[in-house]
Amino acid sequence: MSHDPQLPDARGHYGRFGGRFAPEALIAALDEVEAEWDKARLDPDFQAELAGLLKDYTGRPSALTEAGNFSEHCGGARVLLKREDLNHTGSHKINNVLGQALLTRRMGKTRVIAETGAGQHGVATATACALMGLECVIYMGEEDTRRQALNVARMRLLGAEVVPVTIGSRTLKDAINEAFRDWVANVDRTHYLFGTVAGPHPFPRLVRDLHFVVGAEAREQVLERVGRLPDAVAACVGGGSNAMAVFAAFLPDTDVALYGFEAGGDGADTPRTAASISSGSPGVFHGARTFVLQDEYGQTLPSHSISAGLDYPAVGPEHAYLADTGRAHYEAITDAEAMEAFRLLCRTEGIIPAIESAHALAGARKLGERMGPGAVILVNLSGRGDKDVDTAAAYFGLIDGKDEA
Amino acid sequence: MTTLQSKLAQARAEGRAALIGYLPAGFPDVESSIRVVQAMVEGGCDVVEVGLPYSDPMMDGPTIQRAADVALAAGTTTDDVFCVVEATARTGAAALVMSYWNPIERYGVERFAGNLAKAGGAGVITPDLIPEEAQEWTAASDTAGLDRVFLVAPSSTDRRLALTAAACSGFVYAASLMGVTGTRTQVAGTAEVLVRRTREATRGSGLPVCVGLGISTGAQAAEVAGYADGVIVGAGFCQRVLDAPDLETGLIAVTSFAQELAAGVRSR
Repeated sequence: MSHDPQLPDARGHYGRFGGRFAPEALIAALDEVEAEWDKARLDPDFQAELAGLLKDYTGRPSALTEAGNFSEHCGGARVLLKREDLNHTGSHKINNVLGQALLTRRMGKTRVIAETGAGQHGVATATACALMGLECVIYMGEEDTRRQALNVARMRLLGAEVVPVTIGSRTLKDAINEAFRDWVANVDRTHYLFGTVAGPHPFPRLVRDLHFVVGAEAREQVLERVGRLPDAVAACVGGGSNAMAVFAAFLPDTDVALYGFEAGGDGADTPRTAASISSGSPGVFHGARTFVLQDEYGQTLPSHSISAGLDYPAVGPEHAYLADTGRAHYEAITDAEAMEAFRLLCRTEGIIPAIESAHALAGARKLGERMGPGAVILVNLSGRGDKDVDTAAAYFGLIDGKDEA
Repeated sequence: MTTLQSKLAQARAEGRAALIGYLPAGFPDVESSIRVVQAMVEGGCDVVEVGLPYSDPMMDGPTIQRAADVALAAGTTTDDVFCVVEATARTGAAALVMSYWNPIERYGVERFAGNLAKAGGAGVITPDLIPEEAQEWTAASDTAGLDRVFLVAPSSTDRRLALTAAACSGFVYAASLMGVTGTRTQVAGTAEVLVRRTREATRGSGLPVCVGLGISTGAQAAEVAGYADGVIVGAGFCQRVLDAPDLETGLIAVTSFAQELAAGVRSR
């Protein structure tokens, strides 16, 4: 089924998904963000300023690296890595953040709040706020502040206030709840710089649009390198921003298969998972209708993933729509499969990926086995793994001179 | 006419504002929450909002979050909410449900409306559902004869006030301030303006406008009763149950708090 380029509709719906399930108090602010983005995206001055930042501050375009050694472990398929890990702040998140920080200034607001799971979005937001002189408050689940202590320090170095969230499951979803509570009380001077393609309209579209550059660059780079479009595009999916980032430019190319790899945790058929498309059901969560991990009464179930950035019990509504229509395919990757791919990329290519991105690498290995030699697979390497060294060292037993099991 | 509509009409006929209390079903457990509701009504609540405890209460401050957490930890389900509604209706007060949207959608919108009506419920307050997303709910609540209460906020434009008020029945819930639930030392100055703007938006239909968020003393209730048709109090009731060393002490505190508020809404 082909993708309708007119999506979302005027109220933010992607088929039966998306929309705006938000308190009335926030509707005026959501309308303002939507209206301002509609103007900014057509404003040559805004676009020039953003393009300048993406080039001279972020370092775009990011490289396309052919992972020749890694490909030998992928059934002979050619694996090409879109190197979002090389961006300033170490992940794709900076693309969205710079755009929304400019938008914040354009709306005359002086304070930014954001949620973060792994800390990548928080670090990127703190960075943009430092650059643009905006006050910055980051909400982070207490559990995640422990898993990602280095990123907490990084955000504080950049001048942000980091607020550990001590209610609920103390992870990303609770950080988002708390950020919404802050927003409703301080909306006059505050922009909620949402970090993924989830949430109420217009966030899924705004964040997708600001990341569109990733897939657009990669599409040109693959054409130039290989002389044709890839057979498949692979990305990890938590909320789904890096996946929409690389998918969006390929949506009209119906011969290009799109694969989103969710965090399966212990397995998508176990309770310890974060794979909301593979294991969840349609519901309303964080302002949109989408796939959610929930019990029979609609209570959100706790998610689990070794990757803090994918540890989220729902997914952006456009992914729910793409899964529904069959334009994109979603599969779950277990913690163990992701960590094996993580180690493999380190050893074969000298690139330490984010554990989030390692889910896409593990997925590419499976695709390669299925598609066979000659297939070209584009992987969005969404972030670098510096922040994950502690987790990986503990996982592989690399601390205190112990060798891996 | 729903029991909610008749309670509000009765208060209006008596020249006073109605007192509307909120408590999550199952807080601190299902049986005890029924006793707390009875204590609220004994103290003078005309209407009780029975909360459906939800895992992600985006609009609630720490007190109601804690109460909802206790209720969920006690195993409270949507069917338990109907039990509490039934017990509430038996007290003679009007029983409403206050719920985030996902539990209703998950239960099945028509099934929820039907079971609520069967339990004697008068309507539902939906804090994260706006009229534009409410087609299915509008149809189901019409069929079941339930009131639909949407919220308006100080940030609502005149256009949205008109749209939202037109979608409401029973009353319009005016959020007194920009923020989450919880007690405040003062009633926000935004409340009175919002009530006036909402009345203008209802175009003389006479639809009551009730005010909630941040009201937690008899004096505050009296102040709000000076311009609103109903005064909504939630966190103050939850706090008294949380603070009490045991249920019996909590029930006494809840009744006397309701009495204080009931005197407030009669003193305008």
